[in-house]
Amino acid sequence: MAVPAQKFELAAHLLAARPVPSGEAAWATAARAAAVERLTRMGAPHRRDEYFKFTDPAALVAPEAPAVSHVAPDEKAAFADSDQLRLVFVDGVFAPERSDAVALEGLEIQPLGEALRTDIHWAREVFGKLEERGQDPVHRPLAALNTAQATQGFAIRVTGVVRRPIAFVYERSADAVDAVVHHVVRLEEKADLTLIETGAAASRFSGVTEVDVADGAGFHHVRTQGRDHERLAFTAMFARLGEKSTFKSFTLTANGRLTRNEQIVEFAGAEGVAHVAGACLGDGDFHHDDTIFVTHGAPDCESRQVFKKVLRNGAVGVFQGKILVRSIAQRTDGYQISQGLLLDEDSQFLTKPELEIYADDVKCSHGSTCGAVDETALFYLTSRGIPRGEATDLLVLAFVDEAVQEIEDEGLAADVRERLAGWVARRRR
Amino acid sequence: MLKIENLHVRLEEEDKVILRGVDLEVQPGQVHAIMGPNGSGKSTLSYVLAGREGYEVTDGTATLDGEDLLGIEAEERAALGLFLAFQYPVEIPGVTNMTFLRTAVNSQRKARGEEEMNAADFLRLVREKARTLNIDQDMLKRPINVGFSGGEKKRNEILQMAVLEPRMCILDETDSGLDVDAMKLVAEGVNALRAQDRSFLVITHYQRLLDHITPDVVHIMADGRIVQSGGPELALEVEQNGYGDILKSVA
Repeated sequence: MAVPAQKFELAAHLLAARPVPSGEAAWATAARAAAVERLTRMGAPHRRDEYFKFTDPAALVAPEAPAVSHVAPDEKAAFADSDQLRLVFVDGVFAPERSDAVALEGLEIQPLGEALRTDIHWAREVFGKLEERGQDPVHRPLAALNTAQATQGFAIRVTGVVRRPIAFVYERSADAVDAVVHHVVRLEEKADLTLIETGAAASRFSGVTEVDVADGAGFHHVRTQGRDHERLAFTAMFARLGEKSTFKSFTLTANGRLTRNEQIVEFAGAEGVAHVAGACLGDGDFHHDDTIFVTHGAPDCESRQVFKKVLRNGAVGVFQGKILVRSIAQRTDGYQISQGLLLDEDSQFLTKPELEIYADDVKCSHGSTCGAVDETALFYLTSRGIPRGEATDLLVLAFVDEAVQEIEDEGLAADVRERLAGWVARRRR
Repeated sequence: MLKIENLHVRLEEEDKVILRGVDLEVQPGQVHAIMGPNGSGKSTLSYVLAGREGYEVTDGTATLDGEDLLGIEAEERAALGLFLAFQYPVEIPGVTNMTFLRTAVNSQRKARGEEEMNAADFLRLVREKARTLNIDQDMLKRPINVGFSGGEKKRNEILQMAVLEPRMCILDETDSGLDVDAMKLVAEGVNALRAQDRSFLVITHYQRLLDHITPDVVHIMADGRIVQSGGPELALEVEQNGYGDILKSVA
């Protein structure tokens, strides 16, 4: 069968596999229908698609979710020390009995399913809307599929500065199950929220988050994606940034057979700031893909992308990062760095930095490197008595630290560093 | 203390012989200086002793108090009490000086079967040593050598030496890139460490460092060998006449 026909047939299968929810408000029904239409038109992802060249989506769209063994935690839960509103999902289904009461000062929060049944709702401007904006010029069919089918997740409207973070804690119970989760977040003017996400969610996870950041508002996002070795995950975060707003996101990925993290950020107002960062540690059967698209659609905005991947035993890291500067976006300050540290000759780092610039007064820089541990630095450390293994660990942690430094909250950053050190130490046993 | 006999070394990757039979013995408490023209093998000697990869020892031995150095790893040599102050100290972003020093001290103690130093004692030790070398707290918290001036980097080497308390210190062109004041400070740091049971091998191009760190023995190295040895007056002779006369006289 020719590739296009395969794509459309698979899209139909994917849509048939899980019913589009019914009984929702008219606007939600329309948003679902539009998502179905989008996916039907673009087809399922395929290895031949430009943005799936380095990451075969086959496992993400296979009929069955794989069985994945559970890694028994031998370290404390991530970020558990900070005071937070904990909302627990088990296999992608909200578990109220294990969660805090769904209420927090400075915001309105309700389960997605409830929000989509409400006739008049702020979420109508966000749900499926930011995902749709993010489909141009690069198709994101898995995100459209998620919008069409997700019943789990939260709708959050932030009206003030919220000091207590919201934490989505994704736990697993079943060996083989799909989790489809969709969050919608709207930050009103000058509102501020920190969102924490932890855990592997399911043996196969599809997670989409749409974040609408109004003028002067700030959104901070820190996540870790669990320790289960064989799990599959597709995530996409779509953000629209108003004037003088801030968006900061950091992801730690250690383990997971296949991870595709997409982040699609659009500056819709002047003087916005967006920092997207990630650290990934891969060992063995590990394929990790960061696909980032930052659109400067307004002048005087600053964007940073900082991605670090440590790979060993045949692990594969992929980075596809784009900065698109529209002609209106004068005085854009764009920066992008992606670096792979290969701990042996079997591992691979595939990187594709892209800049597309239509404005003439722009500062944009990008860099990408790939290499082994620096022998000169190793000699320096060992010559002071530090054994080679330990010296390598120090250099690995130093390497990823540039990404960790993007986390504003020192407490959260310390927690991430501790987990990184744990990963490194476990590999040395 | 340090005994080198008939040491022959070639580069692993290029088939190039660098050291052609070096003989040298440093007694406890002594300071030896090695001078010599560019390319004579001075830095190679320091790297080979410290255990840098890329060199092949084709003949000869090097021992520290009778223990073979050449067959063991760099970290083991350090734990035995060998220290190399680098000509070009390496910048390592992301690892702070403090973490580095603490890891180094405790690694060495562990290797020697000693108890690790607790955080409070360690902090006290480093602060005290840092103060005498004019190294402020900020420098200790910064990543290793990143953004340090030439003088700061060399002082940082001496700080490491002071904290690790090695018995055999090799200083590879520690004076290069330093102004007179910075050199004095570094020399004072070294002199403060001079002791009955600690020896120094000072590699330098110029006699001026030896004005501040007075050597017991001066060696002239040329073409991979030590061609002449003498007292401090040998360094003065080099300063006045260059290497030409000495090399001619031994040729």
